[in-house]
This record gives sequence, structure tokens and C-alpha cells, in this order.
Amino acid sequence: MNKLKTTQDAFVETEEQRQAFDKVLDSLKKTPGPLMGALQQAQDIYGYLPIEVQNRIAEYFGIPLADVYGVVTFYSQFNLTPKGKYKVGVCMGTACYVLSAGPILERLKTMLGLQAGGTDAEKLFTLEATRCIGCCGLAPVITVNEDVYGKLKIDDLDGIINKYRGMGKDNG
Amino acid sequence: MANKIKTLQELQEIRERVAKTVVNRKTLSPEDSFGGGECPKHHVLVCGGTGCVSGGGRVIFDEFKVRLVEHELETQVKMVFTGCFGLCAKGPIVVVYPDGTFYQLVEQKDVEEIVREHLIGGKPVARLASKEKDECGNEKTIANSAFYKSQHKIVLQKCGLIDPENIDEYLAYDGYLAYEKAVRNMSQDELIENLKASGLRGRGGGGFTTGMKWQFAKNSVSDQKYVVCNADEGDPGAFMDRSILEGDPHAVIEAMMIAGYAIGATMGYVYVRAEYPIAVDRLKVALEQAREYGILGKNAMGLGFEFDIDIRLGAGAFVCGEETALLRSIEGGRGEPKQRPPFPAVKGLFDKPTLINNVETLAAIPHIILKGPMWFSSIGTEKSKGTKVFALGGKIKNTGLVEIPMGTTLRTVIEEIGEGIPGGKKFKAAQTGGPSGGCIPASHMDSPIDFDALIELGSMMGSGGLIVMDEDNCMVDIAKFYLEFTVEESCGKCTPCRIGNKRLYELLEKVSEGTAEVSDLDKMEQLSKYIKENSLCGLGQTAPNPVLSTLKYFRDEYMSHVVDKKCPAGVCTNLLTYSILQDKCIGCTLCQRACPVGAISGELKKPETFVIDVNKCIKCDACVPKCKFKAIVK
Repeated sequence: MNKLKTTQDAFVETEEQRQAFDKVLDSLKKTPGPLMGALQQAQDIYGYLPIEVQNRIAEYFGIPLADVYGVVTFYSQFNLTPKGKYKVGVCMGTACYVLSAGPILERLKTMLGLQAGGTDAEKLFTLEATRCIGCCGLAPVITVNEDVYGKLKIDDLDGIINKYRGMGKDNG
Repeated sequence: MANKIKTLQELQEIRERVAKTVVNRKTLSPEDSFGGGECPKHHVLVCGGTGCVSGGGRVIFDEFKVRLVEHELETQVKMVFTGCFGLCAKGPIVVVYPDGTFYQLVEQKDVEEIVREHLIGGKPVARLASKEKDECGNEKTIANSAFYKSQHKIVLQKCGLIDPENIDEYLAYDGYLAYEKAVRNMSQDELIENLKASGLRGRGGGGFTTGMKWQFAKNSVSDQKYVVCNADEGDPGAFMDRSILEGDPHAVIEAMMIAGYAIGATMGYVYVRAEYPIAVDRLKVALEQAREYGILGKNAMGLGFEFDIDIRLGAGAFVCGEETALLRSIEGGRGEPKQRPPFPAVKGLFDKPTLINNVETLAAIPHIILKGPMWFSSIGTEKSKGTKVFALGGKIKNTGLVEIPMGTTLRTVIEEIGEGIPGGKKFKAAQTGGPSGGCIPASHMDSPIDFDALIELGSMMGSGGLIVMDEDNCMVDIAKFYLEFTVEESCGKCTPCRIGNKRLYELLEKVSEGTAEVSDLDKMEQLSKYIKENSLCGLGQTAPNPVLSTLKYFRDEYMSHVVDKKCPAGVCTNLLTYSILQDKCIGCTLCQRACPVGAISGELKKPETFVIDVNKCIKCDACVPKCKFKAIVK
């Protein structure tokens, strides 16, 4: 669970994000134990949890920032840095692992030039070795954002990655 | 919004009315059709479990709807998006009632054919239907097929049968009758006694007697108590709880209400993994519908008790499956376990008495209340009653979800239900219990599966993952895989787990790299024992199990790594050297072209010239699958 201490990029937010976030905070006012929910919804809005957002949560609920940061760094789904447009997740559940998820991850590392957990400079791809996503019948499985690719062979990877690379370029 | 709150009488009317429209899904006999008229003639069930949805289930469902409109059949065919049917290996699955035709590996382009041939023409599409035949050559019914025959569905009964997003269908299968029966006919003590008599034990891993847990929670005196459903199913390769939530969410809600009545709690939480979006959505829909009907809320079902449920999402921490860590996470903290006692039943969520049960445990409870404890305890073995759901995965033909009576042998599960190992390979081991469990070798294939027998074998029931491994899997590598998982997921609070497991992992790394000595194996055993005895919570106490069980049953394989510096399964790359058998090689150069580092040299059609330069070879294994003549060995 090693994470970077601070974010590299300056934090900017849109007016909509700001409003949505305020709404989230208000909606959790009376919830017992609101921190996890606040962080999850904040991450949905901003894509990650910059220190500025953590600070606002800490102030709103009167929780020390150290505690908020402690929680953020404890759980693997909270991100302190922005992620790529396409999150490539290689399922490392046992069923996938015994059916060669390891070599698939290795190939993706070479193809994308990333380590697991890394994001490229253009913020196009983030490569992740994920926990079991539970469709073991399709093992081995990778996901790209919401899309699931099952019963994979190593040779399929080029086509899949190139598809997203093309889409990423098309959309600027 | 109109007041939709239902009286008990109205709920009963819904049950009876809807029961009539779903009746032909119960039977596989074609005579039981609907009464004609306005009622749909066919029911088409499309699997909406995560496995099938990932394989295109949603697209198929939508395609059916489009095609039905085109053929003006939308009033005659009822489309249902169900939970998991279990046979994930053959997904996406579509079942057509009343005849019960079981279509496998369906694709979007097949839909039109099913509509035309089957729904209009009345003739099932043989090409897509299951083709199992009995000894006389007659086609078997799906209930008699190898995969389903030895199963006994209790908690999975309604998965793949009802629409999980329609509370009326749950009601039609006696839904919320167990709660009604419990509150109207049983005192809290009677209810708990019933549960104890049923012999139900926790399905989440520990196997603690559920009735006792309820008793402790009831005995605690407090102004506020909580019921928590543990749906943080973190074991890799396990998806039982997810499938229950996806396929039959109301069963979990009803059981939590019963628990609330039994212990005197008015509030419940479901703590579920965020990796399960479909399960979370269905649960949200189910909660909303239950509130609309007045089943949840103040004066629930008009029976005088209050109960409501909130969903809390996990954020990717395996340790939160441990009960005290889970409660800490709901409170909004780091999911670190606490010393017990005090147990959650005394001091749990927000320091109030809390009952925590796992999804599968809860899902069995309405059945026990309705059919009685004696019925439940008649299934299973002496100390493990009822059924257990397993997620069957890995090197097995019929990957999927199976529910078997406790005491079924591993052989039945793997050879009959799972139909064995694909590719003619040999069975090597079955892993149960995820990172807390162990590997069971072929010599124990005939042991019955129950809580105590598995512990005896050095494994454990765990939540129910069952991963099959064949001769190509290296047991050192598997132990390493699990330990890497626990090392990463250790919360770091206690030293034996945080540092002990890390050191154990390093020893395993030495073994797989070929630098270990024989004495390291003894060190591993010693260290494992120490970690098990001294860790704070279940995660640490069971983390060395994969190492200990593989050391016990596959010591030879460890010795090969340590003494001969060889990995017999050909997995541990440091111990492999790739070479070409020139008598098998035909000089086609396919391997040469596949090699990313140019380590293979040789002239076309001259097999005697083909060699691998071991200094260049990066052991990526790219060449091996390319060779059709099995000329590359490692």
C-alpha cells in the first residue's frame, strides 16, 4: 500500500464538481460514520483524492486531516494521483492466476511501458493488477474501464490495447 | 407518490397471483402452461450474473426485446433478467420455459433464431441446447445433467429462477413469509432455539454456530443494537455471496429482518465490496421495493417492529472481511481488527451490540424458519449441517457455482459436477478456503467436504472458493501467490502478521529462485507456526496455511526446487532452461518469429540447426505455445 505523499499536478476543479461535492457533504451530514462514503463519492466526482479534497472533508466533519489521510492510504481503491483515461485491470484472482494471468500482466507491462499501478505521461492508460472481480468462468480476464475481456490469450492483447489507443487519439 | 404500503392480506394476494404466473418455471413439464388469454405463453430467462453479463448477457437480453417487438410477441413472451444459473463455463445462458430448454454459449446473433424457431415455431434450437444424453441415448433434462444432478439447491434455489429486481416474484416463492411466521408465531428465544437446533454454522469462514451468535447478541442489553451482513467477499476465486446478492437479494433482507427481531435491533448494514457493482445495484433496488411495500421501515409489515437497512461499500481491503475490521470500516476508520473479547455481540458497531453474519448464512435462514430446523439438520454431516455453495474454478471444465450437501466428496465435485480437468491433464490439487486455506492433494479426493474434515486436512472451508489445479501448476508458486496476497493485505497492526508473513514470503522466494537450503523448509514450518499462534486476527492466524499444506502434501516438489534446483511443473522461471528437441523439430521457424529477443537461431527446414541461446532467453514462454510439435521443452 505504498503511495505517493503529495500529488504532482495542481488541483483544479470545475464549478459543477464543486457543487456536486458540496451536495455530497450535505447529504452525509446526519450519517453515522460518513468518512468512507464521503471519500468514495468525492473520488467519483474528481477521479482521485487530492489533499485539497481531503482537507475539505476533514474540516466539514471535524475529523483530523491525519485520520482522513490514514483512511485514504489504507484502502487500495482510493487514489492520491489522477488515473489514466483507460484503466486496464488484470484480474489476479486465483482462477485467473492458475490460467496464466501472470504472463498477461507481464506482456501488458511491456506493451504499455508501465509497472502495475502506473499511469503514462499522456494520462491515457493506467495499468492495475486487480483483486478477483468474480467472473472466474471467463478466466483469465482483463478489464478496460467497464469493458470485460474474458478467456484471453496473450495474442489478443495487442488488438485490445490498440483499440483504446485509437479511441483515445480520436477524442483528442 | 401513492401509498403503496401493503397489509399482510395484500402481500398474500400478491403471492398467490404472481405464483400463478411463475408456476411454469417451477416445473419442466410442458403441460403446465399458462391459462392463455393475456398471460405470456413463454418465459425467457437470461442470466444476469456477473459472469454472463461480462460475456454479453445484457446485450442478448436487449436483443430479445427488440426481436420480440419486431415479431409482435411482446405480450406473449415474458422476458426475465435473472441471477446466476451456476454454469458459468457455458455462459451466457438463456432458458426458455415452459419446456425448460437450456441454451448455452448464446451470442447476440443467435437470438433471432431462438425467437423464430423456438418461440414462434415451437421447436428448440438444437444447435445451442445442452446436448447431454443418458445411457439410452435420450436427451437428459437439465436437472439431470452432470452439473446439476448432485447439487442440492437451498440458498441458490431462486437464483436463475426469479427476477431479482421484482419483489413480487420473490413474494411468489413464499417471500417474507418466514419473517411473518417468526414474528407472529415465535418468541425471540424460540426463534434462536430453532436456529441452534438446525445446526447452521457461519458460512463466512469461521464456522461458528449461528444460533449461539444470535443468543449472545440477544443477551446483551442496550438501547441500540445492529445487524450487519458481511458481503465483503475478498477471497480470490470466490463469488458465492455476490451471486446470492445478485440473484436473490430479498432473501438476505428478510433474514436480516428476522435477525433484527431475534436480537432486538432496528437497524442493519450490508457491507459489500465495491468491486461488485451489479450486486450493489440489485440490493439497492430490492431495498427500495421493500420500503415501498412497507416491508422495511417503522412498523415493518404491520407486525409492530421497526427495521431498516443501509448499504456501506468497501474500498478494497481484504482484511475488512474480518468482523472487527469490517465494523471499524463502517464507522469510517482504517479497517484494522481489534482484540476480542469484547466480541461484537457485546461491543460492536459504534460500541453497540452487533450481530454479524455472512450473506450465505443469512440466505439459509428464511428456509430454516419455514421448513423447520429438523429439515435442515437432516441434510449434511454430523457436525456440518445443510448445504454449502462453492465457486468452482481454475483447471476444470464446468467452472461455476455449485451448491452441495455438506459431506459430498471432493471427487464428486471435481469429477461429476465439474466433469474433470480439461485437456486430458492430471488433477494435482484442490485449493479451498482462499488465502486462509490449503491445497488438498489427489490422495484425499474421497474425503467428505465439511468444516471439520477440511481443517483436519490442513485446509479450511473458508467462504467457499474451490480452485482446481493440474500438473502444470507449481505448488511452491501457488503458496507464493497466496502469501503475496496476504502480505499485501495485512493491515500491519500486529507484528507476527506484518513482518512474519513478509519473512515467510522471502523464504518462499528463495525456494522458487533455487537459492534455498533444506534447512529453510524447517524454518518456514517453524515461522508459520509462530505466525498462526501469535497473530491478532483471522487473517494472520490462517495466512501460513497455504504454505503449511503444500509443505505437507507436496514436500517432494519443494525438495526438487531446493536440492535439484528444478521446478517440475515448469513454472518457476529461474529454474527453467528452454531447449529444442531437434528430433521433434521440423524447422518451421514459428518459434523463431515468436521470440521477442531473438534467442532462437536456425535455418528454415533444417531442424538440426535450431538452438536456443540460454544467455539471451528471457523465459517469456512465447515460443512454447507456437510449436505444434511440442519440440520446445523446459
